[in-house]
Amino acid sequence: MTNEQEFIITLNKVNKWYGQFHVLKDINLNVKVGERIVICGPSGSGKSTMIRCINHLEEHQEGEIVVDGVVLNNDLKNIGQIRKEVGMVFQHFNLFPHLTVLQNCTLAPIWVRKMPQKEAEAIAMKYLERVKIPDQAHKYPGQLSGGQQQRVAIARSLCMNPRVMLFDEPTSALDPEMIKEVLDVMVELAQEGMTMLCVTHEMGFAKKVADRVIFMDAGQIIEQNEPEAFFNNPQSDRTKLFLSQVLGH
Amino acid sequence: MKLDNRNGLTRLIYNPTVRSLFFQAVVLAGLLWFLLTIISNVMTNLDTRGISTGFGFLSQPAGFGISQTLIEYNETFTFGRTFFVGLLNTLLVSALGIVSATVLGVFVGVSRISPNWLLRKISMVYIEVLRNIPLLLQIFFWYYVVLQTLPRPRDSLTFGETVFINIRGVFMPKPMAESGFVVYMTLIVAAIIGVFVLGRWAKRRMINTGQQFPVFWASVGILVATLVIGFFITGRPIAFDYPELRGLNFRGGMSLIPELIALWFALTIYTSTYIGEIVRSGIQSVAHGQTEACRALGLNEKQRMNLVILPQAMRVMIPPMTSQYLNLTKNSSLATAIGYPDLVSVFAGTTLNQTGQAIEIITMTMLVYLTISLLVSAFMNWFNKRVALVER
Amino acid sequence: MDKFTPIESRPAPLVEVGVIGWMRKNLFSSIPNTLVTLFTAYMLWIVLVPFINWAFITSDWFGDSRQDCTSGGACWVFVTVRWNLFMYGFYPEDSYWRPNLAFILLIAILVWLSVPNLPYKKWVGIAAVTIYPVVAFVLLYGGFGLDIVPTHRWGGLMLTLVLALVGIVVAIPIGILLALGRRSEMPVIKMVCVIFIEFWRGVPLITILFMASVMLPLFFAGGTDADKLMRALIGIVMFQSAYMAEVVRGGLQALSKGQFEGADALGLSYWQKMNLVVLPQALKIMIPGIVNTLISLFKDTSLIVIIGILDILGMVRQALSDPAWLGYPAEGYLFAAFMFWIFCFSMSRYSIYLEDRLNTGHRN
Ligand SMILES: Nc1ncnc2c1ncn2[C@@H]1O[C@H](COP(=O)(O)OP(=O)(O)O)[C@@H](O)[C@H]1O
Ligand SMILES: [Mg+2]
Repeated sequence: MTNEQEFIITLNKVNKWYGQFHVLKDINLNVKVGERIVICGPSGSGKSTMIRCINHLEEHQEGEIVVDGVVLNNDLKNIGQIRKEVGMVFQHFNLFPHLTVLQNCTLAPIWVRKMPQKEAEAIAMKYLERVKIPDQAHKYPGQLSGGQQQRVAIARSLCMNPRVMLFDEPTSALDPEMIKEVLDVMVELAQEGMTMLCVTHEMGFAKKVADRVIFMDAGQIIEQNEPEAFFNNPQSDRTKLFLSQVLGH
Repeated sequence: MKLDNRNGLTRLIYNPTVRSLFFQAVVLAGLLWFLLTIISNVMTNLDTRGISTGFGFLSQPAGFGISQTLIEYNETFTFGRTFFVGLLNTLLVSALGIVSATVLGVFVGVSRISPNWLLRKISMVYIEVLRNIPLLLQIFFWYYVVLQTLPRPRDSLTFGETVFINIRGVFMPKPMAESGFVVYMTLIVAAIIGVFVLGRWAKRRMINTGQQFPVFWASVGILVATLVIGFFITGRPIAFDYPELRGLNFRGGMSLIPELIALWFALTIYTSTYIGEIVRSGIQSVAHGQTEACRALGLNEKQRMNLVILPQAMRVMIPPMTSQYLNLTKNSSLATAIGYPDLVSVFAGTTLNQTGQAIEIITMTMLVYLTISLLVSAFMNWFNKRVALVER
Repeated sequence: MDKFTPIESRPAPLVEVGVIGWMRKNLFSSIPNTLVTLFTAYMLWIVLVPFINWAFITSDWFGDSRQDCTSGGACWVFVTVRWNLFMYGFYPEDSYWRPNLAFILLIAILVWLSVPNLPYKKWVGIAAVTIYPVVAFVLLYGGFGLDIVPTHRWGGLMLTLVLALVGIVVAIPIGILLALGRRSEMPVIKMVCVIFIEFWRGVPLITILFMASVMLPLFFAGGTDADKLMRALIGIVMFQSAYMAEVVRGGLQALSKGQFEGADALGLSYWQKMNLVVLPQALKIMIPGIVNTLISLFKDTSLIVIIGILDILGMVRQALSDPAWLGYPAEGYLFAAFMFWIFCFSMSRYSIYLEDRLNTGHRN
């Protein structure tokens, strides 16, 4: 009982199909409060699909997903509740091009959390400072570099004061020199104790902050372990092959 | 070094500025010669035909009637007056068409991307069928086929004996001001101001406290209540003049002539197919990631549409929409094919036949459309500059 | 740690696939959606069933006069009896082979041009815009031993096609010149082109046709009564070139600046740059736009009935006023609508197909 309370996200035998294609197969996953999980695996293995199921951007067909004590089903109220508590950062930022950086950050606090504008702006500025771009607040996303845009996207999620953050390959669309500025923000966030699920191939990041690394292939979780053990002593051949490809070049 | 040895003439020939000036001068001269030839031809032709030029005819009496006039008009008014009668009729049918085509077009466009398969397919068929048939044919179809099936005045279709529909058109009660009308209007204006104030108050409260207020429904409530309750407490300030069957036709009230109805319907339907496609592609042009980001932030469907999708889709949609409105206005000139008294039909048609002043009349008519076009494209340029997304 | 065992893919649960899954997802996914489905299906039913009944089941197709229409539905005899008139207007019956031949040649050229991987496309294309028009004109009008058929005897669908094709073929080169002029750095040229384009685009075609029929004769010395069809064609070509110029401008804009600079850097002259580098690329991008203008033009040709030239719509209207055949406007207009629709719809499909092909071409 107490044990269950500790888990902020539980996936229990989750299955998902796209048409006849079986993308997620019997996924079991428990995430503790404050835990930092890195998910890796070859492209097309279902990593995105899995974390997108957690905030119901995709619908699963079998199994149970519980987030922060709320069961994820077709009930719009539950979905809304979960989305308030779960922030998400996309590979392609998905900032709103017609709103300024500041407006991007205050949109959801004002309309979803029903926060007064002043307060929302104050919070937004606080997070923009944390991602080190307060001076860009009144520009439009199109005027920023990729790395800056991704940091805005992180700030935008943080403004909702989420309990969990999901990252779907946040640095894959960035140039090398911008990757670092985004990773720095993410590391800082991790060190402050945010619960994070992060799909990424930045193994340095995994080694530095992850509590657990999960390896997925063909819709299954093949192996999960602490980063130390995961990298130095992988169990399955599939993992070994993948690691040799990612780290070996 | 060698090049410098060339003489002055060669240097001139190979100088791009000189070339360009020369070329432009030649074109200009050719154009002038062309225009002058035409003008002199026109002069001699008019002379031999004994037609006098000038705009004097505009003040002569017209001597013909017009079946629908928004301003006072009868045979004794001048040809100048027929110009304005026609112009107003053009503007009337264009305005009606723009409103209804927009409503229908938005509906069709949204249906086109509805989650419902049947609705999606039907709206696709609607668009594919109706936009591939000439507008003129559709006007004829409404006028000569559909409207001809309506009954004669004596057997009119009617709604509660107040609105009558028959082959001569649609006859409706005409509202007329009675005593108390001014008070009633004042009440209505006050209600509208009230709604504005309410909206601003709600917005300010939302900004300050974050609490939201159902502005839309409250406004509707206030307006409807004022309209209904105000009507009775001011002692029924609007009376209606009801149409009545006298002999072969209806008298009194307001009427829509069948030509207007046919033209309006055809313009509406034809343009709605284009607007539908604009709306669909406008909404679809907003990247899918935007929807996902909204959902990830917990915005609900209405907020997502109003705050993120529509503001972005609008930028894409408004320029082509405006050009559709312009097209509709120009297309309304097909009125002349069924005798709706628009500018082309009354002025470039009847007036031209009566006076023979082809040059003046066609020029005036074209200038009207040209002015509208230029105004609209000026607006479009301004709009595009204003809303262009800021990019690096 | 457990030994990892791969899981075989299982079939999706029934709600997701099959007819039922499809219907649940697309027709009955929610209560409002279900209501919409039922309502639309009902509307479709009450409109379509009587129409199909009228047009096909209780209709009459063949005969010589209206007495042959006995079934109570549509009287297609009205159309079949006048089929030749609707197709050729008053063209002499023993010469029908001439427009037919011109049309077959056209189809052959179009097929040649549109089937991928046929050789000599360029030459066929050039012949299509140079030799073919002359051949077609001789076939239709006469000369070289063929009897002269004056244009006032042309009509019906044949005339509609002639107007649309001549309009587009003449408008393309003028449109290209206008578009290049509009981009020109010479202020006079630019100004002239802008005024020309904006003028013709700003006024309705019907006023242009009025202008062509009442004003144009005054423009010629001695007030020559140029052929009525010719005058209408001049108007249509002016109108069409202005729209074509805008299509070409779009194509030129889609080309990256690097192409122009690259050509300049190689030392090509202005016309070399345009002919060798810019236009071959831009024309490819423009083909869908050109087809779309052709569709608009095809529909717009119907306006010439207003100045009394009898294209297919005009022939139908004339037939409708025949005292022996009063009372079949629905059949007549539906037939004309269908003819226009078939042409416009196939052209629009073709332009969509081209656009798709171009899009994939860009990505590779
Ligand atoms: N909307 C969709 N429809 C059908 N198949 C999809 C869809 N989205 C993803 N897939 C398929 O599901 C598999 C897993 O995708 P994804 O979760 O995006 O992989 P990853 O993020 O691990 O690269 C891939 O094979 C992909 O082709
Ligand atoms: Mg992915």
